[in-house]
Amino acid sequence: MRRNVLPGLRLSLGVTLFYVGLIVVLPLAALVFKAASLGPEDYWRIVSSSRALASYRVTVLSALGATVFNLFFGLALAWVLTRYRFPGWRIVDAMVDLPFALPTAVAGIALTALFTTNGWFGSILADLGIKVAYTPLGIMIAMCFTSLPFIVRTVQPVLEDLDPALEEAALSLGGSDWEIFRKVILPLLTPALLAGVSLSFARSLGEFGAIIFIAGNQPMSTEITALLVFIRLEEYDYQAAAAIASVLLIAAFVMLALTNWMQSRALRYTVRG
Amino acid sequence: MGVTRTGRKPPRVGDQPLFRRMLIGIVLVIVALLIVAPLVVIGVEAFSKGWAVYRDTIIHPDTLHAIGLTVFAAIVAVPVNTAFGIAAAWSITKFDFWGRRFLLVVIEIPFSVSPIVAGVAYLFVYGLQGVFGPTLDEYGVKILFAIPGIILASMFVTAPFVARELIPLMQAQGRDLEEAATSLGASGWRTFFSVTLPNIKWALLYGVVLCNARVMGEFGAVSVVSGNIRGQTNTLPLHIELLYHDYQAAGAFAAASILALIAVFTIIAKVALERQGAGRVRRPALVANPAEKTQ
Repeated sequence: MRRNVLPGLRLSLGVTLFYVGLIVVLPLAALVFKAASLGPEDYWRIVSSSRALASYRVTVLSALGATVFNLFFGLALAWVLTRYRFPGWRIVDAMVDLPFALPTAVAGIALTALFTTNGWFGSILADLGIKVAYTPLGIMIAMCFTSLPFIVRTVQPVLEDLDPALEEAALSLGGSDWEIFRKVILPLLTPALLAGVSLSFARSLGEFGAIIFIAGNQPMSTEITALLVFIRLEEYDYQAAAAIASVLLIAAFVMLALTNWMQSRALRYTVRG
Repeated sequence: MGVTRTGRKPPRVGDQPLFRRMLIGIVLVIVALLIVAPLVVIGVEAFSKGWAVYRDTIIHPDTLHAIGLTVFAAIVAVPVNTAFGIAAAWSITKFDFWGRRFLLVVIEIPFSVSPIVAGVAYLFVYGLQGVFGPTLDEYGVKILFAIPGIILASMFVTAPFVARELIPLMQAQGRDLEEAATSLGASGWRTFFSVTLPNIKWALLYGVVLCNARVMGEFGAVSVVSGNIRGQTNTLPLHIELLYHDYQAAGAFAAASILALIAVFTIIAKVALERQGAGRVRRPALVANPAEKTQ
């Protein structure tokens, strides 16, 4: 092995460790410490209270719904953007990043304005008997919006790199388009799709700003877990806030581990020697 | 089945005109409803009470203060994060050390943590219930419910932004050029500024632009640590919430239109930088790179 001659390891690693330690690790450690100081019984009582359980339920179910929608729509959008050329495709491609660039509070009030019963979409849906704003459906739509780019942006590069010869070969063997999509293309996309799905789901679990405006925030029905943490803080119940926040933190770590695992799997297909 | 064969291009799945038109149609409708409509409704609602109300909201001292605070937070947080991103990328891509992979994962943590959790975590460091809070209070240092808290929380949520653009790119570029420069006698800084920086400038700018957008738009984490004091610790996103809950919808949308405009400019800058090649080396490479040797 060659000796590394480059300078600056001490300085750059020192700065990195100091910053990561101060900005990322210290606060999270303080949170874990606070939650741990509760003792197992109190901790369990708080995190398994009926109001907390209801908040996990609505958060997880809405996140699942939003992720499934984004799985199909994100794949369709990525497909259209890589396979077809139509007037304005570049603008559509750029617009995909809007949910990342638009502050969540702005997205929240905009979606609420659209979906309240006198909004553009809400009034039409109200005639059909569907209520969106201030229901779990509204939470789902906010999550769909904020996590939309993940699946599009993870699938797009894989679709771009797909070898046309594979499809040509399959077509020449007499496969129908649907058969080839299912048996040739989809297996190649699966790792990227799974990575996108886990990113999208993780983002939805933690989302706050876009949701609280449209959700209605009724305990037991439309109160997401992140909001419950916020409410406990406003009630000066810091221990409960720490305990419930630690549940969100654990969920985030599980999703992070899952995402890393899936991305390293996805890489086997995307990185070519 | 009816696959169109033009004779020139190889046939590909999903090329039938009917299928193609239908799929494009469906996707465009959903994009219009889910992405374009929210942007349009901000503009419409902002001017729903006329130009005068819009102008009055924007030039109101509280709004101007919120804009000032948001810009100030970005002026502090973005350069600090940029310096960190460069340091992290330099150490991780130019050297091999124990725990390098683990460090990469730790840098990524803020991406998966809810902004609310981030805010609460800061409370338990600098708040009166926190680790340092009581000591800081004795010396009269105020971090929470004040501007330093807002900046720290913004730094947490955006910590990975610059690093994740630089690391995969610098990883792909290798160390040969820097090693050549050093062996020819260039100092570390000289090597960085004349050799490394020209190769990473677009990716760096790309990360800075995205980091800036997130700092200016951060809501959840900042709303926990700011205390929402009107005219004091209210950033622009918090000001929007305040106006909205005060039943000043037109005002809230007027303030939101500023942030929406920043978002649109961010996207334009992003597209322009992507034309220069930034953002090409994708994020997954940051987590693990099976192509690199692990010795």
